[in-house]
Amino acid sequence: MNYWPLLGVAAVVLGFALRANPAATVVVAALVSGIAAGLNVPDLLALLGKSFVANRTLLLFVLTLPTIGLLEQAGLRERAQALVRRFRQLTFARLLIAYLMLRQLLSMLGLLDLAGHAQTVRPLLAPMAEAAAGEIDPQLDAQQREDIKALAAATDNIGRFFGEDVFLAFGAVLLIQAFFAERGIALDPRTIALWALPTALAAFAIHALRIALYQRKLRRGAQAAERSDAAP
Amino acid sequence: MLRLEHVFWLTGALLIACALRDLAARRYAFAAFWAVLGACVIGGDAVQAALAAGDALPAQLVGAGVLLLAVLAGSGRLRRPPPLETSTATRGDVLFVPALLIPFGTLALILAAPFLVVNGTALLDAKQPTLAALCVACVVAALAALRVTRARPTAAIEHGARLLDTLSWAALLPLLLAMLGTVFAATGVGDAVAQAVGAVIPTDSRFACLAAYALGMVLFTLVMGNAFAAFPVMTAGVGLPLLVLQHHANPAALGALGMLAGYCGTLLTPMAANYNVVPVALLELKNPYAVIRAQWPTAAVLFAVNFVLLDVCVFR
Repeated sequence: MNYWPLLGVAAVVLGFALRANPAATVVVAALVSGIAAGLNVPDLLALLGKSFVANRTLLLFVLTLPTIGLLEQAGLRERAQALVRRFRQLTFARLLIAYLMLRQLLSMLGLLDLAGHAQTVRPLLAPMAEAAAGEIDPQLDAQQREDIKALAAATDNIGRFFGEDVFLAFGAVLLIQAFFAERGIALDPRTIALWALPTALAAFAIHALRIALYQRKLRRGAQAAERSDAAP
Repeated sequence: MLRLEHVFWLTGALLIACALRDLAARRYAFAAFWAVLGACVIGGDAVQAALAAGDALPAQLVGAGVLLLAVLAGSGRLRRPPPLETSTATRGDVLFVPALLIPFGTLALILAAPFLVVNGTALLDAKQPTLAALCVACVVAALAALRVTRARPTAAIEHGARLLDTLSWAALLPLLLAMLGTVFAATGVGDAVAQAVGAVIPTDSRFACLAAYALGMVLFTLVMGNAFAAFPVMTAGVGLPLLVLQHHANPAALGALGMLAGYCGTLLTPMAANYNVVPVALLELKNPYAVIRAQWPTAAVLFAVNFVLLDVCVFR
């Protein structure tokens, strides 16, 4: 067993620890691991090129950017915020929890790319969450605004991940089935998906609770600010 | 009819257009970055065809291009442009229509794909109908956005390029990490990790094996940024030989819950760039770890719940 390629893992950890540019870190780690495995330079370059090309579907989100850019310049985010202010029923917690549920359900149906950070979080969810939080506490500071946007992004991630694993015909479930099938253990994909369901429900409960707690914190902050304003 | 390569050509053409715009604005580092990336995306199918025919030279050129991209990213010359002022002219809620056309247009096309057949040929790529549908929906949405905002067609490129420059190297990071995963697999990193873990834990203890498996899934996902990459390594190294064969764990439950332990790790790592780093750039957050900070409490509690489920379920 050649343990030297593990130096590539060390390069990743070191790069992130030193806060080097992540893109450069990753490429250096690939070079380190390849050289440590004894690949020569032409083979290493070919391996980099081959795996880069094989994964280029990860760039397709670029196609959404002209639309989002145009609409934002024309004031889409402001409209999204105005929409939240019109519907007073749509509180901060209700907005994010409803999004979490919808995202999880869509992922369970395999509709992973209907929503996402470029498609829905930046143009719609984050500005709406910010406006809804502003309804609770009109004096949000810069740090709170940053926390709210980050929570919106986190909500999208959690909804996506813990719905995906329950979807039968894609990704995780098929990978698990294929792994065991290759080693002579036949599994029914439906059983695998079923075992993932309790954790999916727990993910919803835990994150929804955290969103509700964040809203309570916002309310308390706003009340405290009001009291200190009222005091002479 | 609309094959995946056409989708890539369009993506590449958009990247080249962004490069030309940056060139005109004298942002040379960005211009070079998007031009190299666009060329790699457009040439991708030719590279794969050449590889299949035994010619590695085009793949090596792409490899050299990747090194150039890393040098440009590492040089610190890809600085984010300042945020743009948005228009104060109100266009009303009609602005939502093009935005919602992307998800719902994609959905409608996926559902309609089996019926979009002319002379026995599927109009949308039969192997990847989702991506072909996304591409068509994006083009339709861009046209709708142009109509709604009454902007010039070049404005679509202009504003798309502005967002792309905002993303900067973060746009490329998911792709580079996927590449790293392939390189790690090809150079035997996974096998070495599994070997090392197996050598360290007391294999007679069922609990120790289970803890090593679940924590190993998290740790390996932290490093690889992807539970899918961690799963075959940890399950081949620990899950199958120790838990299933030696301690008679239920493989379906072990696989499902083990994978989910890895998903908790995905919430914690900058290596899962498209989930944890790209949104930081897209939302223009100051702290590079803001999204991970928002996620770690959910991930920690969920890992604990998932581990209890593992312990209760897999040995039944």
